[in-house]
Amino acid sequence: MPDPAKTPAVQLSNIRKSYGEHEVLHGVSLTANEGDVISILGSSGSGKSTLLRCINMLEVPNAGSVSIHGEAITLDQKPGQPPRARDMRQVNRLRAKAAMVFQSFNLWSHLTILENLIEAPVYVLKRDRKEAIAEAEALLARVGIAEKRHAYPAHLSGGQQQRAAIARALAMHPSVMLFDEPTSALDPELVGEVLKVMRDLAAEGRTMLIVTHEMGFARDVSTRTVFLHNGVIEEEGAPAEVFENPRSDRFRQFISRDH
Amino acid sequence: MDYLQLMGFGPNGWGYGMLAATGMTVAVALCGYLIGSVLGSLGAAAAFSRFMPLRAIAGFYTTVLRGIPDLLVIYLFYFGSSSVISAVGALFGAEGFVGAPAFLTGAMAIGVVSGAYQMQVFRGAVLALPKGEIEAARAYGMPSFLLFRRIILPQAARFAIPGMGNVWQLVLKESALISVIGLVEIMRQSQIGAGSTRQPFSFYLTAGALYLLITFVSGRGFRLAERRAMRGVRRAA
Ligand SMILES: Nc1ncnc2c1ncn2[C@@H]1O[C@H](COP(=O)(O)OP(=O)(O)OP(=O)(O)O)[C@@H](O)[C@H]1O
Ligand SMILES: [Mg+2]
Repeated sequence: MPDPAKTPAVQLSNIRKSYGEHEVLHGVSLTANEGDVISILGSSGSGKSTLLRCINMLEVPNAGSVSIHGEAITLDQKPGQPPRARDMRQVNRLRAKAAMVFQSFNLWSHLTILENLIEAPVYVLKRDRKEAIAEAEALLARVGIAEKRHAYPAHLSGGQQQRAAIARALAMHPSVMLFDEPTSALDPELVGEVLKVMRDLAAEGRTMLIVTHEMGFARDVSTRTVFLHNGVIEEEGAPAEVFENPRSDRFRQFISRDH
Repeated sequence: MDYLQLMGFGPNGWGYGMLAATGMTVAVALCGYLIGSVLGSLGAAAAFSRFMPLRAIAGFYTTVLRGIPDLLVIYLFYFGSSSVISAVGALFGAEGFVGAPAFLTGAMAIGVVSGAYQMQVFRGAVLALPKGEIEAARAYGMPSFLLFRRIILPQAARFAIPGMGNVWQLVLKESALISVIGLVEIMRQSQIGAGSTRQPFSFYLTAGALYLLITFVSGRGFRLAERRAMRGVRRAA
């Protein structure tokens, strides 16, 4: 029996992903252990989003393997065809464990904030509705928008929407949280309130993978930093180390540029 | 005879006749509209298909049926199915022309025409769906049917209902054309009344009022449905 505490929350090995002829990930391996907060940095087009989206199969890799909590996602590889997940039930079960927070929030606009929080717990995880509501209200209070529970997403500021989206992710009891540039769509004065929530999540030991351009946040909060360049990992290590003594020239250039 | 007596429910009044005809108009329009919804959804699904021939068929259908006069479609349906029925009848010894049932042919004709318009409405609604919200639903583990029912359908309704209301109005007006194949709906009943009483103006005026009444009531229904579907959409200031 493998020790559950030592089973990685996410394990990516040799992920390759192409769009048509164009390969955007050239064999990326990455392991996130329980409690890791991994910041993924890189310039635009380096493949950060693609990598994150391979974890929950929003993009199916052309080669390599993805495991969530030790369970490998079974892929079918027929020659001449794009790869597919063999069993969508398995994919959906694992997706529910890897809750994603999007750059553009993507709250369901026809549902109130509270309904957004209980939607997947009730309909995907089949939890009791009353319990889901009670928990959702507690989560909304935690991210500081309890009074908005009956409002629709369009009536919230960007910062409030993103905090609601984080609460929606937490409502899944995820074993890992995936953030794709969660503050990039926000007005500068709203960035702080979202980063604060994420800081608190990191402090309570949640496993998080965060694609971000917030260098200060990556440096202070993450346990590990990964720098992606043209679809390969160019630099990886503890932020204190890599930011002080970058081994790769590209990462050195990247952090000295305006950040 | 004054107007009230003419349209009244007395022994010489045409009230019951006009009322029944109104029911017939609503019935044939509704049946045609529903047939059109089925054809329209199938057409829209085909238009998004990965299979080229399906896309071509859908494109051909909507282009042709929106491009030819509705009256022509009704004649084609009526005489087309009548000749089939007559031919079958001849096999069993019936002689001459046997007319196709007017209600059925009328509803079918309205169905294929309104389906071509509804297909465009559905296609537009699907194209307007917010991709990110659908992606979020997938990312949260929703299987496709659940995603369709809980996210896509309510969102598509927002974009489809106004267009659906317009198509319904078209269908109501188109139903008057069914009078040419003898279905006694508002238009046909008015022609009969006008002919036998020599008071055409009273009948056609009443017919106009009845059509307006139907559009008014159904328009309210559509607005109610739209208000419901638009929950959470912020109106531009
Ligand atoms: N669906 C797609 N079809 C074709 N090419 C794509 C698709 N998605 C991404 N790409 C390409 O893959 C490359 C990596 O894209 P990706 O979105 O992962 O970059 P990123 O590092 O997240 O960039 P950004 O910082 O701009 O978000 C880019 O060249 C992009 O154009
Ligand atoms: Mg990206």
